[in-house]
Amino acid sequence: MGEFMNENQLILALETSCDETAAAVIRNGHEIVANVVASQIESHKRFGGVVPEIASRHHVEQITVVVEETLNQANLTFADIDAIAVTEGPGLVGALLIGVNAAKALAFAHQKPLIGVHHIAGHIYANQLIKKLEFPLLSLVVSGGHTELVYMESHGQFKVIGETRDDAAGEAYDKVARTLSLPYPGGPHIDRLAHEGEPLIDLPRAWLEEGSYDFSFSGLKSAVINTVHNAKQKGEEILPQTLAASFQASVIDVLVTKTVKAAKEYNVKQVLLAGGVAANKGLRAALEEAFAPLSNIELIIPPLSLCTDNAAMIGAAASVRFAQGKRSDMSLNANPGLDLEE
Amino acid sequence: MKMLAIDTSNFVMGVAVVEENKVIGEIITNLKKNHSVRVMNAVESLLKDCDITPSELDRIVVAHGPGSYTGVRIGVTIAKTLAWTLNIPLIGVSSLEALAANGRYFDGYIAPLFDARRQQLYTGLYEWNNERGLVEVESDRLVINKEWAEHLKSYNKPILFIGNDLPMHEEALKEVLGEQAVLAHVQQFNPRPSELAFLGMKKEPQSVHTFVPNYIRLAEAEANWLASQQKG
Ligand SMILES: [Zn+2]
Repeated sequence: MGEFMNENQLILALETSCDETAAAVIRNGHEIVANVVASQIESHKRFGGVVPEIASRHHVEQITVVVEETLNQANLTFADIDAIAVTEGPGLVGALLIGVNAAKALAFAHQKPLIGVHHIAGHIYANQLIKKLEFPLLSLVVSGGHTELVYMESHGQFKVIGETRDDAAGEAYDKVARTLSLPYPGGPHIDRLAHEGEPLIDLPRAWLEEGSYDFSFSGLKSAVINTVHNAKQKGEEILPQTLAASFQASVIDVLVTKTVKAAKEYNVKQVLLAGGVAANKGLRAALEEAFAPLSNIELIIPPLSLCTDNAAMIGAAASVRFAQGKRSDMSLNANPGLDLEE
Repeated sequence: MKMLAIDTSNFVMGVAVVEENKVIGEIITNLKKNHSVRVMNAVESLLKDCDITPSELDRIVVAHGPGSYTGVRIGVTIAKTLAWTLNIPLIGVSSLEALAANGRYFDGYIAPLFDARRQQLYTGLYEWNNERGLVEVESDRLVINKEWAEHLKSYNKPILFIGNDLPMHEEALKEVLGEQAVLAHVQQFNPRPSELAFLGMKKEPQSVHTFVPNYIRLAEAEANWLASQQKG
């Protein structure tokens, strides 16, 4: 990639924004040299969701183990590393703090440049690990905490053209899963059930005002809860498969329709899927179907392992900031409300 | 031997560099400011002033708690990462023990304390011994202030209470212990990172990867979950 001065640029990246302790080494912004993710999900399952204090405790237990494993897999030492990158936000503040302070200690110990990275920029740049990015592009970011349409004119420039006004898509999935008494995390269970059922229940789609690329999922979530409640009162039975399929159809319909519309309006060359909900099979299939006839737009969907939180994506995003001369210093802090557009 | 000591377990932030027979430098602030923003800057500027590069460090000592969960984690994360990446020994010392060292030469017992809300204290009991130095008499714990004072009555020697949070508990302690309770001076309230370093010099290094804070308490969610498991 022409924009990198150093043709063998190696970045060690850390990511601890939620419940994965992750580290990776990325070469020249697009090649994964090593990628290690220690998931805490088994520990949080008993609580029915991620408990911030527990997440922070696990990150402290895991952080040096994960970084060591990463360098061992990469067969590299710190002498080979050009910069240390870390997710500075958004995310759980106590969790972010572990990655940020570990990264600062590493950068200080070896006198390496330090680069703070936005978590969503990371999710978007996960796509650079599989394809060269062509601008302008549009990214649909869907995760437990985010539902956004992000327009990019060039590297490192992010414009949020639409975002959720209430719940993130992933949050709606988790709440509906709870209504159906499905175990945490609910997203994959809904996705699986949806494939076994038919979308027979007509659930609302929040299109919002004409021309808006914003999203809203709280009305849909309430409609699902009401449907279950009403059926119970009447003594009727609704198949969980039917409900899951109907809910998923509504979510996907809105996400895909708005993404296609924005992609056409902004004349983009690529559409990238990003974030944990990108692992959803229904969403992947619907996007592929919708973009198949649009031969001038390339749809990129990362493999499942790069959709969920990982540090490889942080390293990919960091390489752009590194090339642009952006550096953090020893006062870098965890910033749970970090703005993508800054 | 050059040691770096770090304490971010409570509002007091402390960073020190010491050698066997010398405190080379020390930074101490008692501010309600963010440790994450300030502590690595303090480490960087102190080492620079002392003309020491990170690779010249021989040992890291950290206050491993008790204290603010987030505060303790910041210090511990930095300490274990530095120790791991510089391949040097790591030693954790009780935040309370470091504070108790300010009671050196006191004839009696020393009870360092941090407020833990709702009349509770993080505290322990120590004693100064001219040959052995600071000796732990009762282990660190979380306890209600008056219960702790009742418990300490049985020691028939004066007890020196130390800590920035002493003013909010002194009435309760005095009420139970009367003259037996001796209150330290404000100049002794801040734990000194150099004391932490010297305490760490006498202790055995710990395994870096498995090093974690001594929180004293389970996370609330974990405690509730365990309670529900026992009931069920
Ligand atoms: Zn994420």
